[in-house]
Amino acid sequence: MSIVMRDPTAEIAPVARPRVKPPASLDGLTVGLLCIGKERSLEFLDRVALRLNERGIVTRRYAKPTHTKKAPVALLQRIATECQVVVEGLAD
Amino acid sequence: MTGLPSDALLLIVKRDCPTCRLIEPAIHELARGPLALTVLSQDDPAFPPGLPVEDGRDLARSHRLGIEIVPTLLRLADGREAGRATGWQRAEWRGLSGLNALGEGLPEARPGCGALNVAPGMPERLRLKLGEVGIASRAIAVAEDDDEMEVAYGFGWTDGLPIVPPTDLRIVRMLAGTGRKPGEVVGLVPPNYLPCTVEKVAINAVMAGCKPEYLPVVLAVLEAALLPIFAMHGLLATMYFSGPVIIVNGPIARAIGMNSGVNALGQGNRANATIGRALQLIIRNVGGGVPGGIDRATLGNPGKYTFCFAEDESDPEWTPLSVARGIPTGRSAVTLFHGDGVTALMDQKSRTADELSRSLAMGLAGVGHPKLAEWANAILVLSPEHYAIFRKSGWRRAEIEAALRRDLMRPGASLLCGAGGVGEGIAPERAAGLVHKFHPDGLLVVRAGGRAGLMSAIIGGWSGGRLVEEVQPVSKEIEL
Repeated sequence: MSIVMRDPTAEIAPVARPRVKPPASLDGLTVGLLCIGKERSLEFLDRVALRLNERGIVTRRYAKPTHTKKAPVALLQRIATECQVVVEGLAD
Repeated sequence: MTGLPSDALLLIVKRDCPTCRLIEPAIHELARGPLALTVLSQDDPAFPPGLPVEDGRDLARSHRLGIEIVPTLLRLADGREAGRATGWQRAEWRGLSGLNALGEGLPEARPGCGALNVAPGMPERLRLKLGEVGIASRAIAVAEDDDEMEVAYGFGWTDGLPIVPPTDLRIVRMLAGTGRKPGEVVGLVPPNYLPCTVEKVAINAVMAGCKPEYLPVVLAVLEAALLPIFAMHGLLATMYFSGPVIIVNGPIARAIGMNSGVNALGQGNRANATIGRALQLIIRNVGGGVPGGIDRATLGNPGKYTFCFAEDESDPEWTPLSVARGIPTGRSAVTLFHGDGVTALMDQKSRTADELSRSLAMGLAGVGHPKLAEWANAILVLSPEHYAIFRKSGWRRAEIEAALRRDLMRPGASLLCGAGGVGEGIAPERAAGLVHKFHPDGLLVVRAGGRAGLMSAIIGGWSGGRLVEEVQPVSKEIEL
């Protein structure tokens, strides 16, 4: 059964939490490229990496073991530790 | 209009009540009598058998009629309640019904049972259900598959520990702990200086894990924290370690089971733990004060989760802290101090009052930095065994405070910046004469702790305490 909680704050922020704003520039940031494990994802991410590297932006590659399951916590923690921005690749 | 019939009887019963079952013959006699009888059953519309019974399982009518005991017999006249008997009282029931032979063969009297509408928690549930009470704060619906704890974390409502989900029922139960109106504004909470109503205090008290009977203490704590001289904004924003430390005095500390004994400064007591936490959650949620935001503590201290304890007032010859600070004797009060962590002061060898005072002063001299003076306040938490040494010499609060003041005077020359090869210290113009470690009234002596242990505790104060005109500990009586 769902429950209703009451807001303990002064209610100056909307209930819907805003998404984290993307950075204004990728300069100096590390971009993680996460392959979700589906066909042709690598092909897509190779192209993204090429374009970013041409602009001098550092990229790191990651891969989910399978696209049929969510990413393992350890992988998410590694990406969060090593990168500031992530691109997830899918190319059906 | 009352909605009640004129010249009739209304009987409230429940099958689960032995007295109600015992008097079944009398109920049938009432039904055969001249006055119209309505039987309202709280738990089983088939009880008593053989009579038309109104299904009262929703308890709404019982709640509105203020029924506390079953059976209760009401005599209605001219649409109003003209008389009420609770439990089985044969003479009273005969009077109300006009049946002089009612209940012949039954005992003269039997007490009833508690009515279901006043079962623990039920009045609040019914008040909510019947719309007698409303909650103004925004409703946050948690999807069926979501975990409300995770939702609370997601919104940033917690201090890092799980909270009790603030549901309507819990909030209404919490509000029952005070007579103050939910919409009353208690004050503007820093750092955003947004209004905090009694209802918001109750919501955060629920989240902190408080019981309703703690709410008057939490309200007093918040009011004390918002006094300008306490400088809550600065205490939150400081890079220094400090956060609010709460000391509770008076009858309420015992009434709500606060700990002033073994492990008084530690974990394990619900009131100690949750009252302090409630204040921190209010500052966080209503005021918007979060670490890394306005809270700029370099290191902080674990007491910023919660730091609250009661004073040991078991010795009638001891003047409680609240009384020493101007609260009338016998009243409940809170004192708020800007404190950082606990420093141990172990002395197992001093046996006289003077020895011990000098010893405690050595520890207190280290508050902030050993070479600083009139720079921060402090609390000395005197343990029973240390207090016993003073008491044996006939010393009580006044004598102990005077001796500590004497023993905390130090030659200014020894504390100057650079003196002793240490850069930190006091200004050169204070070289002549003696310098006291604390401002007058800057040392708060409190009694607490377990019976065994020749050790006391020092709680150092905030660097803001050097500005004695702007920052001071505060005490406030608790409104009950």
